[in-house]
Amino acid sequence: MTLVEYYQYVVIPILGISVILVFIRFLKGPSLADRVISLDMLILMAIGIVVIYSIIYDQSTFLDIAMLFALIAFLGTVAFAYYLEERRKRNE
Amino acid sequence: MNELIIMVLSTIGSLFVLSTSVAMFRKRDVYLRINVTTKTATLGLGLLLASAAIFFQEYSVTTRVLATIIFIILTAPIGGHMLARAAYLNKTKKWEGMKIDDLAGQYDPKSKVLYSEKKNTSFEPPVDYDKNSPQT
Repeated sequence: MTLVEYYQYVVIPILGISVILVFIRFLKGPSLADRVISLDMLILMAIGIVVIYSIIYDQSTFLDIAMLFALIAFLGTVAFAYYLEERRKRNE
Repeated sequence: MNELIIMVLSTIGSLFVLSTSVAMFRKRDVYLRINVTTKTATLGLGLLLASAAIFFQEYSVTTRVLATIIFIILTAPIGGHMLARAAYLNKTKKWEGMKIDDLAGQYDPKSKVLYSEKKNTSFEPPVDYDKNSPQT
């Protein structure tokens, strides 16, 4: 079994199942913080999938996209947390 | 030999990511979910990125992978902490089975200052406690 076959039959399905589970939480999430943290988790898992595909297609340029996703995940989470607090202040 | 190391690293990493998502699906509470996400996702992604570094074996790729791992390890707990703090200040519903809430009554509801353990006990916080704190 070569490396590419192993990735396509074992690792990618594991990551796909985890993406589906987190997406169910993203749809269900009772509160807004649930949705924000599951969005963060979705972007973090996208980093893992991008890394796996960069190994499969032998293109190291994809790793730049992984770094970009890490930046976007952090900025998005911090901005959502900030506006969650601000929304509470406005409601009072 | 190299392929075996890559396979083992990426399998362990993806299993960590799977365990994180199962916990995201099954945990009862926002705070438990945030806790689980920031712990295992960093380790799983670090192992996946390390397998990419072993596969390519170039200096430029290794540098990028190390920068990404350090960035994720630094920033994922910060984001989780900020989100948990915002959720707590928003009074998000807690799990009914929660026995001890150490933060109860410690936050000043208006200025959002976190007092140390003196507010819950018989000691009163000092009068100018709010003035010394940077956030008002």
